[in-house]
Amino acid sequence: MTDENKISRRDFLARAAKAGVSVAAFSAAAKLLCESDVRKMLPMPEIFTGFKDYSVPAMAGKTMSIVSGADRTQTVSKAIELLGGIDRFVKPGETVLLKPNVGFARPARIGATSHPDIISEITRLCYEHGKAKKVYVMDNPINDPASCFELSGISAAAAKSGAEIILPRENLFRPVSLKDGKLIQNWPMLYEPMKRVDKVIGIAAVKNHARSGASMTMKNWYGLLGGGRNNFHRDINTIIVELATLVKPTLVILDGTDVMMTNGPTGGSVSDLKKTDIMIAGCDQVAVDAFGATLLDMTPQSLPYLIRAEELKLGTTDYKALKPLYAEVKA
Amino acid sequence: MKITAARKLSQVFFLTLLVWLCVVETLGTKFFQLRGWPVNIFLQLDPLTAIATAVSTHKLFAPLLWSLATIILTILLGRFFCGFVCPFGTLHQFVSYLAHKNKTAKELIAIHQYHKTQNIKYYILLVFLIAAALPSVQNLQIGLLDPLPLFTRTVNILLLPIADNVGNVLSATDRLYKTAPLVLAVFLIFTLLNFILPRFFCRFICPLGALFGLLNRFSIWRINRNSKCTDCKMCNKRCQGYCQPSETIKLSECLLCCNCLDDCKFDAIDFNTASSNTIQSEPDLSRRGVLAAGFTGLLAMPAFKLIAAPNSEQIVRPPGALSEQEFAKRCIKCGQCMRICPTNVIQPCGIENGLTNLWTPTMNNRMGTSGCQLDCVACGYICPTSAIRPLTLSEKLGKGNFADKGPIKIGTAVIDHAKCLPWAFGVPCIVCQENCPVSPKAIHIKTTESGLQLPYIDSGKCIGCGICQHECPVSGDSAVVVKPFGQTREKN
Repeated sequence: MTDENKISRRDFLARAAKAGVSVAAFSAAAKLLCESDVRKMLPMPEIFTGFKDYSVPAMAGKTMSIVSGADRTQTVSKAIELLGGIDRFVKPGETVLLKPNVGFARPARIGATSHPDIISEITRLCYEHGKAKKVYVMDNPINDPASCFELSGISAAAAKSGAEIILPRENLFRPVSLKDGKLIQNWPMLYEPMKRVDKVIGIAAVKNHARSGASMTMKNWYGLLGGGRNNFHRDINTIIVELATLVKPTLVILDGTDVMMTNGPTGGSVSDLKKTDIMIAGCDQVAVDAFGATLLDMTPQSLPYLIRAEELKLGTTDYKALKPLYAEVKA
Repeated sequence: MKITAARKLSQVFFLTLLVWLCVVETLGTKFFQLRGWPVNIFLQLDPLTAIATAVSTHKLFAPLLWSLATIILTILLGRFFCGFVCPFGTLHQFVSYLAHKNKTAKELIAIHQYHKTQNIKYYILLVFLIAAALPSVQNLQIGLLDPLPLFTRTVNILLLPIADNVGNVLSATDRLYKTAPLVLAVFLIFTLLNFILPRFFCRFICPLGALFGLLNRFSIWRINRNSKCTDCKMCNKRCQGYCQPSETIKLSECLLCCNCLDDCKFDAIDFNTASSNTIQSEPDLSRRGVLAAGFTGLLAMPAFKLIAAPNSEQIVRPPGALSEQEFAKRCIKCGQCMRICPTNVIQPCGIENGLTNLWTPTMNNRMGTSGCQLDCVACGYICPTSAIRPLTLSEKLGKGNFADKGPIKIGTAVIDHAKCLPWAFGVPCIVCQENCPVSPKAIHIKTTESGLQLPYIDSGKCIGCGICQHECPVSGDSAVVVKPFGQTREKN
């Protein structure tokens, strides 16, 4: 090495110091991050135990109402009025989430999805009489989500009445566990919107369903599930009961205007529908579904999930004991 | 305003327009969604699509008449489309600009020299057109390299999904496409070739450019060099077509970038009707080259088919697809059906379906959001060449006037008893029956003595929509799969 190439002491020390710091930094980082058990390296997702309780205090004699009539806008309005009006359920400034059944990309007249008239009327009531701050409409459909909301007419109904559609985007799901639940353990559900809102109103139609017997308001909570939820069909009664345990709604609406007697829950032809012109509203989803079963010419006792729900004290299948309020709306 | 500034504006406009028209192929009624935008206009203006499908089908599908406008303007003015309109060319020009902007004028003049190898694009055109014309092996493959289907496909199944999957503005769930990596590879290769020579694709490969090069030989207005020329050769510096304006101008190569008009400091170059002997109007094609290309064209399709080509009839096509033979004469692989499909179930075929079927549409029920949507006929309406025929909802569903014909069948679902939960494991399920959208259901249930519900398929009622296949809880390959047998198109 010639003299001119020789490193000066000063430069050498500076370089050595920098090298030393680099070595120390990498060593420290390695020490800090080192972990021998791979299980401790896995992320620990935050698991949420259920949803909050959206129900409102009971009022004697005002738990369930049954209104006959062909016009859904009028019957649903009347059914809610009988229970004390929407202001019993929605307080000024609250946010409300409507959970209709938007499972299939079909027009409303097929009856596979909740009817848009119900959506726009309840939204109107929430805004005008309940003074709600915001109304959302959410479901995780089976068919293509955007298509389901468009074709069912629910997008248009929401746009008309000022409700906002929440599509089931991936970032809205969180793992949820139901205490003592068998199936809902660390399972992705539409947790984020449910967390944000103050009140939840379930809206379902009465539909034939080969696996569970009938798809009504309790089965409707299936639309909050994400993931490979079809696997739950092997134990359909358990999942319906667990969902009904998990969700304590403010109100449920069961639409029996056109009952899907066969080919459910998709339907596909108006000949699958029977005109019964009944609208039910209630705070007890078990009782509401028990009554709904009769519209399908079934007894509540023939639906195992209703029996189990009653055993768990989620509600009563003896809807008559609740003394439902009856009314008729003439067109 | 300088003519080159006008050209740049025009290029940016048309590039933006093509991307925008792909963006609006989204379900809904907002301004950025489907509401009557002319989403096929680039493919309809493309004379190569028109000519190649006319060669293969012996007819011109009416919406492709738009291409006549391009042809007429090209005959009169020259290759204005390459210079002012082509979005793929714009992209290449921009990348080339970035790649070569630090070069000196001398280096630029050197790399922009005409070379007769650039005539290879004429032979490419010839190979594809002859292959399309052959009666026994009719197969339209021009969509592989025709820049408009190529770029439309790239935007539809590669670039837009990448952009949208970041924020999911257009669709709530990610749009995913099989074979997107292959589309990416082709796109990257053609883009990166610009680093070797500017507008490499346009110069050597583009069969549409070659077609324009054959059409513009009688053009009335041309780039001309007059006697004021000092032979400084600066006109070659940014010549996008490599037509060597400083020498005998190769008219067939001039794509009207108009850079030479800008770069000439002596007013020696004009765009006018002057008659000049400094122009060569036809491309440098050799008889030997044409013969070789013709021969290659004759053999190309049999060779193509040899490469991993199962029977095309085994592919499940979208509803309304013509019979496989007629379909193959029309599909230009543009990916419009795949973009517009609201459920993302229409997927590009990979090479496992045979090289001739690469990027043609197939139904992949395990992908997308839920099989073929019953009340939807979008793919037939968008298909620019009607390889997928437009169906009314009545015709698709077999209702109204079509009640006696019955619904359009995409295929038939079959249950694999070795995988099906009730059949193979005795576990209750019947998700397939629940989701079957036809009424009465094509999947029915028989209950065993022990109460187990077993699904059966009624092949007469099944329309092959694939919703059962999508929803089947058996992970991996579904226990119920749509096969192409029974599809309505066989009768076409």
